[in-house]
Amino acid sequence: MILRALFQIGLLLLLPPLLLGVVNRVKAIVAGREGPPLLQLYLDLWKLLHKGAVYSRTTTWVFRAGPAVGLAAIATAGTMLPVAGQPAIFSFAGDFVLFAYLLALARFATALAALDTGSSFEGMGAAREVSFASMAEPALFLVLVVMARATGSLSLSGMLGPALAPAWRAAAPALLLSAIALFVVALAENSRIPVDDPNTHLELTMIHEVMVLDHSGPDLAFILYGASLKLFLFAALFVRLVADVGVAGIWAAEGVFVVEVIGFALLVGLVESGMARLRLTRVPQMLVGASLLSVFALVLLLR
Amino acid sequence: MILFVILVPLVLGASAFAWPDNRTRPVLLLVGSALHVVGIVSLWTHPEAPVMNGYLFLDAAGKVVVSTSSVLFLASAIYAQGYLRHRSDRDNRVFVGGLLILLAAMTTVGMAQHLGVLWVAIEITTLATAPLIYFNHNAQSLEAAWKYLLVSSLGIALALLGTFFLALSGAGPDGPRSLMLDDLIRAGPQLSRPWVRAAFVFLLVGYGTKMGLAPLHSWKPDAYGEAPGLLGALLAGGITNFAFLSVVRVLQVTSAAGEGAFARDALLGLGLLSMALAAVFMAGQRDFKRMLAYSSVEHMGILAVALGLGGAAVTGAFYHVLNNGLSKGVMFLAAGNIHRAYGSKRTDQVRGAARRLPISGPLFLAGFLAVTGTPPFGPFWSEFMILNGAIGTGRPVVAALFLLFLAVIFIGMGATVLHVVQGSDEGAPGNPGFKDSWLTAGPPLVLMLAVLALGIWLPSGLMGLFSAAARLVTGT
Amino acid sequence: MGAWTDMAFILVVVLDLFLLASSRLGAAIRAVALQGALLSLLALLLTSSGHSLGHMLVVAGGAFFIKAILIPWLMFRAIREMAIRREMEPLVGYVPSMILGGVGVVLSFAFSRGLPLPTHEMHPFLVPTALATVWTGLLLVVSRRKAVTQVLGFLVLENGVFVFGLLLTDFMPVMVEAGVLLDLLAAVFVMGIVMFQINREFASLDTDALSSLKD
Repeated sequence: MILRALFQIGLLLLLPPLLLGVVNRVKAIVAGREGPPLLQLYLDLWKLLHKGAVYSRTTTWVFRAGPAVGLAAIATAGTMLPVAGQPAIFSFAGDFVLFAYLLALARFATALAALDTGSSFEGMGAAREVSFASMAEPALFLVLVVMARATGSLSLSGMLGPALAPAWRAAAPALLLSAIALFVVALAENSRIPVDDPNTHLELTMIHEVMVLDHSGPDLAFILYGASLKLFLFAALFVRLVADVGVAGIWAAEGVFVVEVIGFALLVGLVESGMARLRLTRVPQMLVGASLLSVFALVLLLR
Repeated sequence: MILFVILVPLVLGASAFAWPDNRTRPVLLLVGSALHVVGIVSLWTHPEAPVMNGYLFLDAAGKVVVSTSSVLFLASAIYAQGYLRHRSDRDNRVFVGGLLILLAAMTTVGMAQHLGVLWVAIEITTLATAPLIYFNHNAQSLEAAWKYLLVSSLGIALALLGTFFLALSGAGPDGPRSLMLDDLIRAGPQLSRPWVRAAFVFLLVGYGTKMGLAPLHSWKPDAYGEAPGLLGALLAGGITNFAFLSVVRVLQVTSAAGEGAFARDALLGLGLLSMALAAVFMAGQRDFKRMLAYSSVEHMGILAVALGLGGAAVTGAFYHVLNNGLSKGVMFLAAGNIHRAYGSKRTDQVRGAARRLPISGPLFLAGFLAVTGTPPFGPFWSEFMILNGAIGTGRPVVAALFLLFLAVIFIGMGATVLHVVQGSDEGAPGNPGFKDSWLTAGPPLVLMLAVLALGIWLPSGLMGLFSAAARLVTGT
Repeated sequence: MGAWTDMAFILVVVLDLFLLASSRLGAAIRAVALQGALLSLLALLLTSSGHSLGHMLVVAGGAFFIKAILIPWLMFRAIREMAIRREMEPLVGYVPSMILGGVGVVLSFAFSRGLPLPTHEMHPFLVPTALATVWTGLLLVVSRRKAVTQVLGFLVLENGVFVFGLLLTDFMPVMVEAGVLLDLLAAVFVMGIVMFQINREFASLDTDALSSLKD
């Protein structure tokens, strides 16, 4: 048991940068390039941790605290996520609310740090990011409510635990709709195409990137690592909801989980390669559409 | 004979599309209309049994509406000979063919005893008339045709949904499982009441749109304003009456199912709303054809109020169908003549019509008096019957509102009509080539005389027919 | 079989919501075509007894041909001739339209529980889907500016009525559906003609230009 818990914590800490590597590699291959090595983000993090940070004179402690708070929040949220069918490290009734708000706290800290620089450029990015998040959050909550209603449990571990298989048998269409909505929300929360392009550095098109423009050294390492951790959390949520493969044996289940998460990263990479970024005015429509899909799923469940 | 009356106009309409000569094509209208009148007269003297498995039958209510339209169509067909000769620059293939198909479709509505057949026929009237509104080929008539087509099609789609609801209400194991009017009425109490109620709402909205009841009347001012006067007469005096008949059929079923009170209240509300709206918009109307459209809204409101009151008022309603059909014919045909003579429909440009058109001008004035319910014309008596019904069933508020709206409409319409008819026509724009001729002024004159005659002396046979039709609705 | 029918109904409603959100005319026409195809599939899936299977095949085939092939082809020709590809900002914005559509879906499901069916229930999703689709069609006709989208809204409305008509296939199979298809075909044909004229007259299909007649 202890071994398993340690393995899960290790997975939580060490796997995420690989996901981003997979995403970037897939995008490059589809575009016909060779692409960066899969372990590139690990090397980047290592490099950044050994560098010194440069702080602007206009910033205060908020700027320095931002990345740390963000990473801490996301990591704490990770402890509530059940992995491979086993209950999470912390679980209690209503923990999905805390999960969502910890992610919101991380975003809040990043946005505050961006505003703290006093530059209008970062402020613009923060405004955009936060306004999209305000629409993604109801969508995320609706998905979680659908899952709660379908499985009859108010805790993430309960929702994604043994009650999930019977729920799929009883209400497959509703769960499928909410899974699609969850995928859209995942793309929005992680600032992926079609909501935001992580590779762009043009003024007019940056949303998330511009918020983190001023960070350097270990701060930037925290931010990059936090972003990959957030992607990992959504990946775990999605694959657990969709691909609940009942495999006998603890280590086999963990192995399947790792493969599925990497599959999720593959899917994100393919989606990013296949679509262009949406016009800014169309993003709210997409998110409202995701919310409506979840509402429809809820109606189907409540019928 | 029932089939004859439907097929002859249909065949003639189809051949109108193939007829090569523009100048002689209008004769087909006259032929079709004359044969239609002959057929209807024969059906009066030798009533026929239901045909086609009972789908088509001319009962009392249908007889009133179909006969009115037949007479109106004959007058319009004669008028069309003069009108189309005057507009010989236009290709009248679609116009003549469409009008004949309209006649066939309207007759089918009047004879339909199956709600599905009723619906199909009403749909065909919409599709047949939409291109005709565009006869003048200008931007405004195109706009009017589009709005008419879209709003009417929407209404008819909702009416179809209502028809389905009604069919579903009778679909239970001991229900009639049919859309035949007689089956549904006979099985009234077994129909599922929530579905009948829902059906009535949708059917009232759908067929009410075709009638032009407020608030579903938005297409009327545009369509009647831009259509040629001849078409306006048939729309206002013909199609709206058939839409009223459809509502009557629906009311028959709804009353049999026990939801009559709800239905009548809804009709009363919409009827009063239509009259109120007509009263408001009639004042200061700058286009005398649009004014006539609001008059049509008002009269459909009167018919709806009469249905909503029940009892003796329903007899008045059927009497009013005849009066309304004929007097709208007068108004629209006369208005069409005035429009042609001045080249404009605007009241700030047209005046002195009595001088320029010695028959059509005064006819317009006389028609106004008839349409607003002035004695001794026919509509006075039918509106009086309805008012009597209101007081008789103990609804003084309705009676008071009825009178109030009629008075306001009289004032509003009177200002416009008097301005158009009286005065001198010096300086008014004009079309000097257009004068009153027998073909263009004769038909409205004859119709006006008929309206006057109906007011002075109503044959007891007709009154008996109206009572029989009312009995179908009230079930007594 | 049950799961496929469920998915078909759900997909019809999802397409409704998609239509409310879409501003690209080509995508909207394809969505309506897909909806029509789904409906003809549903007509086949919901056939209960064997002897009416022949009728249903005809109806389903006719529905598929008219709704999924013929009418979309006409609409595509229309937008190609008039060289329009996008809707303009509608009277009710996209997000409010979607929300109204969502509300309509919720209310349809709520109301259909209050209306007990006299016949045996063919499928619990049938009435709510029909009502939601009718509501979507109405919204589209009322709130969109381009004539083409208004016609698409009318098509969606007819789709909703068609779904409802499937309930009656037990005892009046052909007449009901034939009526709907006839209406659809004739209406779209005439609307198409009027649209061509509108485009010729106004050089656009923007119905804002059709607002000179008023009191």
